[in-house]
Amino acid sequence: MNDKIISQVCSTYNNNKTRMMDIVTTLNKQLGGIDDESIDLIAKATGSPRVLVESTISFYSFLSKDKKGDVVVRLCNDVVDNMQGAKEIKEVFEQELGIKCGETTEDGKVTLEETPCIGMCDQAPAALINETVVTSLTKDKAKQVAQDLKGGAAAETLVKDLGDGNNANDLVKSMVNNNVKKKGEVIFADREDNVGLKAAIEKTPESIIEDLKISKLRGRGGAGFPTGLKWAFTRSADGDNKTVICNADEGEPGTFKDRVILTEECNLLFEGMTIGGYVIGAETGIIYLRGEYAYLKVFLEDALDKRREANLLGKNILGKDGFNFDIRIQLGAGAYICGEESSLISSCEGLRGDPKTRPPFPAQKGYLQTPTAVNNVETFCSVARILEKGGVWFAEIGTEASPGTKLLSISGDCDNPGVYEFEFGVTINDMLSESGAKDTKAVLVGGPSGQIIGKDDFDKAICYDDLATGGAIVVFNSTRDILKIALEYMEFFVEESCGYCTPCRAGNVLLRNCLENIVEGKGQTTDLKYLEELGESVQFSSRCGLGQTSPNPILSTLKNFKADYEALVKEDDGFNPAFDINKALSVAEDIQGRKSVIFNENH
Amino acid sequence: MSEKTIKFKIDGKEIQGKVGQTILEAAEEAGIYIPRLCHLKGITPHGSCRVCTVKVNGRPQTACTQPVVEGIEVENDTEEITEHRKNIIDMLFVEGNHFCMFCQKSGNCELQALAYRFGILAPKYPYQFPKRELDATHPDIFIDKNCCILCGRCVQTSKDIDGKNVFEFVGRGPEKQLAVNSKANLAGTDISVTDKAAEACPVGAIIKKQEGYAVPVGKRLYDIKPIGSEIENK
Repeated sequence: MNDKIISQVCSTYNNNKTRMMDIVTTLNKQLGGIDDESIDLIAKATGSPRVLVESTISFYSFLSKDKKGDVVVRLCNDVVDNMQGAKEIKEVFEQELGIKCGETTEDGKVTLEETPCIGMCDQAPAALINETVVTSLTKDKAKQVAQDLKGGAAAETLVKDLGDGNNANDLVKSMVNNNVKKKGEVIFADREDNVGLKAAIEKTPESIIEDLKISKLRGRGGAGFPTGLKWAFTRSADGDNKTVICNADEGEPGTFKDRVILTEECNLLFEGMTIGGYVIGAETGIIYLRGEYAYLKVFLEDALDKRREANLLGKNILGKDGFNFDIRIQLGAGAYICGEESSLISSCEGLRGDPKTRPPFPAQKGYLQTPTAVNNVETFCSVARILEKGGVWFAEIGTEASPGTKLLSISGDCDNPGVYEFEFGVTINDMLSESGAKDTKAVLVGGPSGQIIGKDDFDKAICYDDLATGGAIVVFNSTRDILKIALEYMEFFVEESCGYCTPCRAGNVLLRNCLENIVEGKGQTTDLKYLEELGESVQFSSRCGLGQTSPNPILSTLKNFKADYEALVKEDDGFNPAFDINKALSVAEDIQGRKSVIFNENH
Repeated sequence: MSEKTIKFKIDGKEIQGKVGQTILEAAEEAGIYIPRLCHLKGITPHGSCRVCTVKVNGRPQTACTQPVVEGIEVENDTEEITEHRKNIIDMLFVEGNHFCMFCQKSGNCELQALAYRFGILAPKYPYQFPKRELDATHPDIFIDKNCCILCGRCVQTSKDIDGKNVFEFVGRGPEKQLAVNSKANLAGTDISVTDKAAEACPVGAIIKKQEGYAVPVGKRLYDIKPIGSEIENK
């Protein structure tokens, strides 16, 4: 029965195994799951070993072999959502649907799951229902949603009030709000479309690279690699086909700024990517759009179509002979690691999102072995603006070493969560007062892969040589338990590790378990050294940025909130407080059919 | 025809490598053993176990994937790096179920041998005791995932040397595990006992049947000489 659908979908993508992500995401949506028979059919159609197809499917949390309900409810369980009552929302769903998280209703209508940050921390608690985003959930709203779904309502019909700006566009029809709280000179500025692109094609690629060097633009994803240099490397790399990729997979918990750019300024992004194509000599452009933002896909595709019609994409762009460039959207399927550029490339190639061995670097051999430049959404937008207004203009914004503006996604304990475009150099204190944060105990700068800092560091500035960040800022007030928050973030990393290398796969589990013991009051003083040494080994030995930063929730709180740990751990008295004799005996007791005489809790 | 040599240093000692060699390969030629698990001569390096991590000009890199470059300073046998290596070996022991005393591979096991080389008698991390599967369906080869360290040697050997795709990984993070190219099990794949992939495993996860105790315990490879000595005593 599925044969027809499968062969049809595979042939839509020319039975090309490098388009496996498109094939399996499309089929997963149509079939509700991809079972063993379907895997065989896909393997046959694309000429892949079946285990490779299975490998891809098993990697992404939005894909599954088991058939799920017609509607899959994914409740966001991010720290910020939990702070705003996500746990109660989950109880309402479980109660109304009569199932636990991870289960499907008996009639096969609804599956209930949890998912990490979906990029809606400014309107939490939120949920992803199929591809529809439901925001600012209250218990009453959750009850209504659950009842509607039980009654067979389609996910799209859950959207009652539309959000602002393009969220209300017919092709989006989303209840998401932009929440742009502060506009700056670069991204959210008054401007005319395509002025940068028109200026670019009057110049040589070399002189554009020079402009970028003058602007001192550095990557906005967090790592801060100079954009001009990256593009120069990619341009000069050997290879006829080159690729420009936009990393729109913002998965760092607490980040949602790219969502707003994609909604309101997608043409600025496309313009920047097209300039990128011109500079490095690439004809292929890909936007890797995180699966959570699938609700924007049709809208973005329409915008791309309009650009093709206006000759802003395609052959001989704007009449420039030989300047050919086009962009396709690659949808992700729920994997944080795919924000890492080489994992993202693996995913674009239809594989599991494992990072690649470096060298070769993407600039030498990236997407399908072609020289590839991967840049952040915000970086491309900045490029377009630099071409419009000049490198010198840009270099004068912000600080000497970190020019330009930075979009910050601010959420958590503040009155005005949303996206803020600040000039680089803004201090944490300024940011807190502008976002209406009071009684702040800690600030997460750069998401869990960044740092959790305390009051002593609030005079520090957001810039590449002080607090570098991709833009996720979460505020915690004095009522919050910092160690529990760190634990939730460690849970996230355990869940999102790709499992390729030992330290990240095994080490994060050990870190999480030890912190959990401490939080439960079963820790001892020696645990602090254990955490520090283990964390350092994970940082030192891990293969990619995920593992190299995943111990940060622990290491930064050990540094900045040591007293919180010390208040919980007990002196080492030779006994292991984490050992629970009753728990250890429970298996044997079950077999025996009676309680231990000596260690009976009720003894 | 002389190949161009590349001069660099490992722990202060001058080494001559060749163009295209990795740090691990050049070190090996110079009689310096850099501990490793997922590396296997003749297959694409995987760089996953991270045991061979060295510092190159101060930055951690895996010696099995990093090409030699003129003038680099490599740190290998230092207190700091040894500590990290021991921690990784400990992690591998506790994340799986390794019962050396009952394992057919004992004495020929690279993980066990490395632990002995580093003087590890018991891991410092708590055992995770995961539930892992066995696959004994194939007449000549069995898989015991209890011992699997996800090094990828079988996956890559099957691809690079045998020209097959018998193995691949599925799942991610701590749930990542070895899978075979068949709906059911190893018996359903095209693996043969003569495949190089059948002997690529550094631990006791892929074992050829009927030859477990051909060499008695006590007379096996690493019972006699520590791992790495074959390189150091060249």
